[in-house]
Amino acid sequence: MNFQDILFYIFSTILVASALGVITVRNPVYSALLLVLAFVTCAGLWLMLEAEFLAIALVLVYVGAVMVLFLFVVMMLDINLDRLREGFWKWFPFGAVIALIMVAEISMVLVGKYFGLEEMPTPRPQDADYSNTRELGRLIYTEYVYAFELAAVLLLVAMVTAIALTLRHREDKRSPNPSKQVKVRKEDRIRMVSMPSEKKE
Amino acid sequence: MENIQQQFVEIFGIEWGSMLFSLASNVTFIFAIVIPLLLGVAYLTFAERKIIAYMQIRVGPNRVTFFGIPWLRGWGQPIADAVKAIMKEIIIPTGANKLLFILAPVLTIMPALAAWAVIPFSPELVLADINAGLLYILAMTSMGIYGIIIAGWASNSKYAFLGAMRSAAQVVSYELAMGFALVCVLMMSRSLNLGDIVNGQQGNSLLNWYLIPLFPMFLVYLISGIAETNRAPFDVAEGESEIVAGFHVDYSGMAFTVFFLAEYSNMILVATLTSIMFLGGWLPPVDMEPFTWIPGFIWLLLKIAFILFFFLWFRATFPRYRYDQIMRLGWKVFIPITLIWIVLLGLIMQLPESIRNSFPLNIWF
Repeated sequence: MNFQDILFYIFSTILVASALGVITVRNPVYSALLLVLAFVTCAGLWLMLEAEFLAIALVLVYVGAVMVLFLFVVMMLDINLDRLREGFWKWFPFGAVIALIMVAEISMVLVGKYFGLEEMPTPRPQDADYSNTRELGRLIYTEYVYAFELAAVLLLVAMVTAIALTLRHREDKRSPNPSKQVKVRKEDRIRMVSMPSEKKE
Repeated sequence: MENIQQQFVEIFGIEWGSMLFSLASNVTFIFAIVIPLLLGVAYLTFAERKIIAYMQIRVGPNRVTFFGIPWLRGWGQPIADAVKAIMKEIIIPTGANKLLFILAPVLTIMPALAAWAVIPFSPELVLADINAGLLYILAMTSMGIYGIIIAGWASNSKYAFLGAMRSAAQVVSYELAMGFALVCVLMMSRSLNLGDIVNGQQGNSLLNWYLIPLFPMFLVYLISGIAETNRAPFDVAEGESEIVAGFHVDYSGMAFTVFFLAEYSNMILVATLTSIMFLGGWLPPVDMEPFTWIPGFIWLLLKIAFILFFFLWFRATFPRYRYDQIMRLGWKVFIPITLIWIVLLGLIMQLPESIRNSFPLNIWF
């Protein structure tokens, strides 16, 4: 067993253990943090497959942004665990069937003739000046440009929808509106009255 | 070096020997980076106190001498501070989550130190010369926020939690502008490797540095960097007039000091990255005789010190931003500027070479 195999087993053990922890620990904050650990170890595994762009992008996007917001929300919620546990056994058979179907699907993909060990050998080690990022960018912007642009448009639509769904104008909110403030002219606010001066009695 | 490697190979065999040798040499290199960095942090706090004192017509720390040398009055202050911090008790509040309370400072200092792995100090002097260096830096700096959020939550204190929430929102929003500014840099240099980015700025003089063609990006990066490190005038995360000390209000002793170390090493990191990406890294300002005598490492240090002086100067000069103004600056000013600059830069780079060469005084594209 060489050094890389040992690293692989260390990373996979941590990954499996933390993934199990995500669904078993009681504290939701712990489970969010364990998910972060799972992402980071997964990035380590990808690095060993020489997919350095994907590995770092995983850390940058999921650990650096998505999970921060996740953790944020989990910390603010006051989660009642007993209510979450209600009906666990009622839904258990349903969940077990879905889990079995998923395991069967994944093993069909991995063992089958498209992604089996023979079809997907370990990637050949590349030279030091080989840039994974450059190759990925070249493929995305030449061969797969339509699929890539389509995915981008999809994300944009999702973003606009999310904003549109949550954007509400509250009428009862009292806050200064700078654009209204600078548009105010003195004629709108002040009325100059010329009064004849009165004599003191 | 080769002799030591030979000895390792003889003792542990060919495969494990070279592996262990690279491990040992890397650990040595890591210590050679981290120990000067921590000393730099210690003396940055001293510089901050002295510089701000002089700006406010005070004297600053001048009591603790350095090994009794009379004309180094005050130079022992950081060491005295460190000793005091180590001696103090770490108090864990009753309602706090103990595990996360202890883990939070560790999670803060880890990315602050890990990001230094890819920094090139001179053409040869770099710990990990990886292709995706810039991405690695972005990933590491984006992980720094966990320590702050966890500290705020684990303290079980309203002030700490408010500080953590402010900090998280601020860091996430300024990260975008920072990332886009860096996209411009990598468009110019056509590489994610920090050494290649510095080499791309090589030329006759400082006019070749990316500072000139990317000047708005330089400003965006520097200001976002200040916001990322939660420094004044963007220090609402610890705004002492509103929420006592923000996320580290319940921390004491060494646990607090680790947060402090992380903040200052992040400051030095941002200054270093600004020097590497916009101020030509280890390159001398003019490629001529008297300037090239000075080694590149010294030039890099001078540039870092120059940027750090700005950090301290800003703190002494500007009042604190209001929170909604910070968000407005990040989302409505910086991100549009960077997006427009990226499109502009892309258009210029896609122009036919004959048109680009006809620009007057063009040395960059």
